[in-house]
Amino acid sequence: MTEASGSGPAIEARGFSFWYGPRQALFGIDLAVARRTVTAIIGPSGCGKSTFLRSINRMNDLVPGARYQGSIGVEGMAALDRGTDMVTLRRRVGMVFQRPNPFPKSIFDNVAYGAKLNALVSKRELPDLVEQCLRQAALWDEVKDRLAQPATGLSGGQQQRLCIARALGNRPDVLLMDEPCSALDPIATQRIEELIFELKRQYTIVIVTHNMQQAARVSDMTAFFEAGRLVEFGVTTQIFTAPKETRTEAYITGRFG
Amino acid sequence: MEGRSAGDVIFKIALTGAALSVPTLLGFLVFELWAGSRLAIAKYGLGFVTGTTWDPVAEDFGALPLIFGTLVSASIALAIAVPLSLGVAIYLTEFSPKWLRQPVAFLIELLAAIPSVVYGLWGIFVLVPVLKSTVFPFLRDTLGFLPFFQGPIYGNSMLAAGIILAIMVMPYIMSVSREVLNAVPASQREAAMGLGATRWEAAWTAVVPYARSGIIGAVILGLGRALGETMAVTMLIGNRNEIAASLFAPGYTMAAVIANEFSEATTDMHFAALTYVALVLFAVTVLVNAMARLLIWRVGRGKPSGGQGA
Repeated sequence: MTEASGSGPAIEARGFSFWYGPRQALFGIDLAVARRTVTAIIGPSGCGKSTFLRSINRMNDLVPGARYQGSIGVEGMAALDRGTDMVTLRRRVGMVFQRPNPFPKSIFDNVAYGAKLNALVSKRELPDLVEQCLRQAALWDEVKDRLAQPATGLSGGQQQRLCIARALGNRPDVLLMDEPCSALDPIATQRIEELIFELKRQYTIVIVTHNMQQAARVSDMTAFFEAGRLVEFGVTTQIFTAPKETRTEAYITGRFG
Repeated sequence: MEGRSAGDVIFKIALTGAALSVPTLLGFLVFELWAGSRLAIAKYGLGFVTGTTWDPVAEDFGALPLIFGTLVSASIALAIAVPLSLGVAIYLTEFSPKWLRQPVAFLIELLAAIPSVVYGLWGIFVLVPVLKSTVFPFLRDTLGFLPFFQGPIYGNSMLAAGIILAIMVMPYIMSVSREVLNAVPASQREAAMGLGATRWEAAWTAVVPYARSGIIGAVILGLGRALGETMAVTMLIGNRNEIAASLFAPGYTMAAVIANEFSEATTDMHFAALTYVALVLFAVTVLVNAMARLLIWRVGRGKPSGGQGA
């Protein structure tokens, strides 16, 4: 599925700083994400973790007054360059948002949206692609008999898995997840977490989460952000059992944040 | 507690009365129209809507050219106004710089505040001369192979009325569509753009479909205005009772004939025929609205749009 196979990290940020108008939100972030791993970004509210995530596929370009410095490389593309084709970048970097946001179209059309938009497959191949993506998102068995029905009729957890299937429809290399479970109940959350575990065999995943147990459960690597700075980045088990920084320890043991 | 519940009862009665007053008024209106046109109904029956002569002197009345004129002028108006207002609404919500949004929207909404007689005068002194000297000859030269753009050019015509109507209904369609598009959650735009859509693709494939039923509602509002508009149309349509294929030819509408002849109707039958026209206009408006609503229902069935998306 992934075209990129070179060595080196899937995502690499160097000296990345970000401003909302006069307010600086991120300060010189250096972070490298290895291919086919799950990286969790944790930190207190307002620490810039979502800002960082949304910079990788340049969703923040939509925010008026946003500007940034430094570089982010995504599978060999210089994501922040002026000349970078945003359509290609966003096709290769799928995103799943906090709240499920399916289009008010049929389940089929939701999953086929990206492939149709970017003309990835012929019309004849669309049903196969849709089935494949829904299977990958562990939704196929629940919806295979009602693909023509509106996606808005699904439950919240199903909608979020549909949004994951929709992102997979673009055949991306990277999946960005911005607190994908914050609007879901525990059972739906568990299903998404199992799904993330499955998906990392094929995709590089970066997940922002407020839930530290979730970060500990699903991720290989964890990055701890605080006040716009990357405080500590390391193997998840190490971060949660033997953090090097006292601020990391304070956060994960719940002494603040 | 006693006092409060008495207050509740009074409140409830007052509001129920207010709510009932509208259907009651409508009932009276229909009854009056029916009573006023009884004479004509007795004489012509339903044949009234297929008759093509309108001769007050010989007391021979038929409303088909009027119905035709009403429907055609309103259709022209929508054909021009819908793409234009939707384009403006999409531009203002999705593309324009922020500082431009309010002023442009305000100016367009201001169009709705201009009295229709002023539109009529502007039509007579500005629009029709331009149409007659430039636009109509151009249309005849380029699209003259179509029956709609043939024949002599008078100026006052079905097309002139349609164009003035388009200008008059545009603010309604534009401002309602703009509200509806503004109400589309940002998450829908993000979803589309996150999947690699350009701004234009996001607007056209995600935002507009999400707002679809609201936009159809805006068009229905415009259609209702176009069907009933009287003064400006009367001044520009040419007031000739005939059914012509060419849009350059004069026509007549139901509202226009009532406005023109009501004060001069001397015979009972003439009066009854005009009232019958009003009844037919009412029926046509109800029918068109019902069909449009059916359309919304069919389009929107099982596809909740507006609010429930997230």
